[in-house]
Amino acid sequence: MNEQIVSTENVHLYYGDFEALKGISMEFYDNQITALIGPSGCGKSTYLRLINRMNDLIPGVKITGKVNYDGKNVYDEGTDTVELRKKIGMVFQQPNPFPFSIYENVAYGLKIAGMKDKNKIDEIVERSLRKAAIWNEVKDKLDENALALSGGQQQRVCIARVLAIEPDVILLDEPTSALDPISSGKIERMLEELKKEYTIIIVTHNMQQASRISDRTAFFLDGNLIEVDDTRKIFTNPEKKETEDYISGRFG
Amino acid sequence: MRRAYEEELNRLHASFFRMGRAVNEAIHQSVKAFVNHDKELAKKVIEQDKEINEMEHELEQACIELIALQQPVTTDLRKIITVMKASADLERMGDHAVSISKSTIRVKGSKRIYEIEAMISEAGDRVEKMVQEVLDAFVDSDDEKAIRVANEDLEIDELTRDIHRISIEEMKKDPDIVLGATDYMLASTYVERIGDYVTNISEWILYLNSGKIQELNTHHNIDDLNN
Repeated sequence: MNEQIVSTENVHLYYGDFEALKGISMEFYDNQITALIGPSGCGKSTYLRLINRMNDLIPGVKITGKVNYDGKNVYDEGTDTVELRKKIGMVFQQPNPFPFSIYENVAYGLKIAGMKDKNKIDEIVERSLRKAAIWNEVKDKLDENALALSGGQQQRVCIARVLAIEPDVILLDEPTSALDPISSGKIERMLEELKKEYTIIIVTHNMQQASRISDRTAFFLDGNLIEVDDTRKIFTNPEKKETEDYISGRFG
Repeated sequence: MRRAYEEELNRLHASFFRMGRAVNEAIHQSVKAFVNHDKELAKKVIEQDKEINEMEHELEQACIELIALQQPVTTDLRKIITVMKASADLERMGDHAVSISKSTIRVKGSKRIYEIEAMISEAGDRVEKMVQEVLDAFVDSDDEKAIRVANEDLEIDELTRDIHRISIEEMKKDPDIVLGATDYMLASTYVERIGDYVTNISEWILYLNSGKIQELNTHHNIDDLNN
């Protein structure tokens, strides 16, 4: 049985007067990919970002409820958000490598954390790039600028950057929507491998992607969690009519 | 993703093959029980048919999930469709083995015609061999073998006609044989039907490679009536 790593309890999020999330409770398990799907504006990305407190910086945001991780509510006072984001890493829609070398991109987090041992850093950089399934493509040009890579390669470097700091949970916000199908396929295969070691939560607009790679799927609509279940169940026989309508393309 | 899909497909083929072997065992036992008047063995075949039906349901479920989750196209889609259709054929073959077993259990009249029983036994052996061959052709997606197996069905058809003819002749000679010979005719018809399902599976093998749905050994020919 998979272990519960993150859970939310009755989470509400308001942008000023607008209630973007209307009481979301769900659990996330290790060694599983959970996909969050739903039409634009349904709150899925807001929900994803709330897990490692990425919404904190947006003015006027108010959050109630609990996000449980590692025995604590991440919204408790005294949570070190830098530490939190090390353990719960985020990959964004647009690849956002730093404008320096591939090597430095991956080593960045380690150096910030004060790691000095060059051999150790080399080892982690290689391991992370391997896990991100890009090592073979970049091993001979680690000193080249990461921005010179293709979009798909940049995205995998960004994933390697997250992996280098050894997170427990990886949040991905539409990580392949800016990529071609071949690059998307590589990332999907990589995620299948990564789930053996991590808890993965992915927001995707691509329902086929959710069905192909995820173990569990959560369907969001208008700030509500309509249904969460095994992906097999959601895509063959969902409980709720709204879910069925959305995944069969009747609206959204 | 591709890799996970291939693994699923391999699992599907392995389950299909397992189901095929179970069906072939049921055919073998049902014919054996019929010619030996072994009601115990016939009962066993009937009981085991539940497992065959469950295997078919599991295969269908797995196919449905693969289609829903992977949205396969072209060859990938045909592979799944083929398993779905061919497993339905296998399941029907299992039902015919059950029908043969039921004839064995209700067999009335004590008169036997050893010549006909030997012929039924032979038809059973041949069909069993065809099932094995068609499963091999399926796994290797071997078109030539599939066509060859389908052609063997013509011999089964002929053997069945002979069984019917001799049964009728015997019935004309001796009314005491009517009950028993009717069962001979029924059982041989079931065996013959199993052969037809083997032909269906051959057709699905051809579909898998070509994408064309075609019929082998058509039976909708008016000349059949003369035979």
